[in-house]
Amino acid sequence: MIQTISQYFQFPFVRYALVVGTLIALCSSLLGVTLVLKRFSFIGDGLSHVAFGAMAIAGVLRITNDMLFVMPVTILCAVLLLRTGRNAKIKGDAAVAMISVGALAIGYLLLNLFSTSSNLSGDVCSTLFGSTSILTLTQAEVWLCAVLSVLVVALFIFFYNRIFAVTFDEDFARAVGTRVEAYNLLIAVVIAVIIVLAMNLVGSLLISALIIFPALSAMRVFRSFLSVTVCSAALSVACALAGMLIAIVGGTPVGSTIVAVDILVFFVFCGIEQFR
Amino acid sequence: MALITCRDLTFGYESHAILEHLSFQVNAGDYLCIVGENGSGKSTLMRTVLGLQKPMGGTIAFGDGLVENEIGYLPQQTAIQKDFPATVWEIVLSGCQAHMGRRAFYGRAEKALAAQNLERMGMTACRRRCYRELSGGQQQRVLLARALCATRKLLLMDEPVSGLDPRVTAEMYDLIEQLNRRDGVTIIMISHDIQAAVRYASHILHLGGAEVFFGNAEQYRNSDVGRRFDVAEGGVRA
Repeated sequence: MIQTISQYFQFPFVRYALVVGTLIALCSSLLGVTLVLKRFSFIGDGLSHVAFGAMAIAGVLRITNDMLFVMPVTILCAVLLLRTGRNAKIKGDAAVAMISVGALAIGYLLLNLFSTSSNLSGDVCSTLFGSTSILTLTQAEVWLCAVLSVLVVALFIFFYNRIFAVTFDEDFARAVGTRVEAYNLLIAVVIAVIIVLAMNLVGSLLISALIIFPALSAMRVFRSFLSVTVCSAALSVACALAGMLIAIVGGTPVGSTIVAVDILVFFVFCGIEQFR
Repeated sequence: MALITCRDLTFGYESHAILEHLSFQVNAGDYLCIVGENGSGKSTLMRTVLGLQKPMGGTIAFGDGLVENEIGYLPQQTAIQKDFPATVWEIVLSGCQAHMGRRAFYGRAEKALAAQNLERMGMTACRRRCYRELSGGQQQRVLLARALCATRKLLLMDEPVSGLDPRVTAEMYDLIEQLNRRDGVTIIMISHDIQAAVRYASHILHLGGAEVFFGNAEQYRNSDVGRRFDVAEGGVRA
């Protein structure tokens, strides 16, 4: 088996995929704890559908590097969802449901109407479930992914204490003068970036799993915010690597294999919690 | 000049005013209890004073060298906090967030302040423990230590003893009294327990629709509102 793997490592695209996949897994896990605890996980789910719709539009417009189009659209939606979540007449979760399902439907409709591809259902499937898109990244996309991942990690480390404060107690943070709105906005924008990145790895339907499972697993066992964050980052990277290697060797779809490993680890951690 | 002066204050949710034209002031060293039925606007008033929502009319002036963000706040616990994975130390340290300025991390001064307040609340032994595994009384002490990191002068507390058993409640009241008497921290507290409010507080603000009372505890005991509520509650408790 090691021989098979080292054989695959001869191909540069396999090496790129592993590096980019690891980076994406790392940054997607960082905000998982915040997302779960702030009850923001539904926003993550909604945004992933928006990203799918945006990708369909990019396909119709024949934009070559679609990330450059999908990213701003998703960020814009993240900002809008956060704003409407507070004060609009349509309640936050209903707004998310509307936007996400709407984007999904419009995206598929556009792909059907204007598709140039001979294998439409294959295209849709790979956008939704990621299948092999991590292996087909161009060099430019690889660099874009790498730079954005590093940026996300750097932002997270720099604002770690603020993110903790805003996650644990928004009212207290606001009362002592922390600009809570600004940090919520930052969190939403970073989530949007992560989602667009993670789309390459696991496809838009499975992104939430990539963000939330490592955090939930870590929260079973660890008791401090720092240890939960570090553990979920480590778990996410390990699961993504394991999932990608299994997928390459076994020929299974990358995204769902990674998520399957994540689920397995979650149950293992639940077990560890029971035996402590 | 008073620490906080509310003049002709109107507050409420969205466009619905809960209470109009409320005036009161809090001086340094006061212990003010805000009492009244559910829905009378106690929490909303506190949120307005904290700047979490805008007053619909009137003014809130801070004096005596008090800066708006120099207020310690002990909110009611939220559902999020009940299963939050964080240690006591992480939470108390977050009380220093206003002192960080543009820095990204807590420095030696903030850590010393957090340690000092943890000691003050008698929680140093628990600093590595997980917040969600503490008892209700211990959790309140942790949140109080965090609030004290944010202020030296003024603490606002939203029902700090709700859900605590009688012994822990008495401990909490003693602790708050100590902060007020010995350390000179001004206290504004929302309370359901009128008996305790009259016993510990120096001033009472009673909200309740048309009946609004503001004055010192002695005046409250002799007022119509105070007599009615005090007697009613005493009757139930006796």
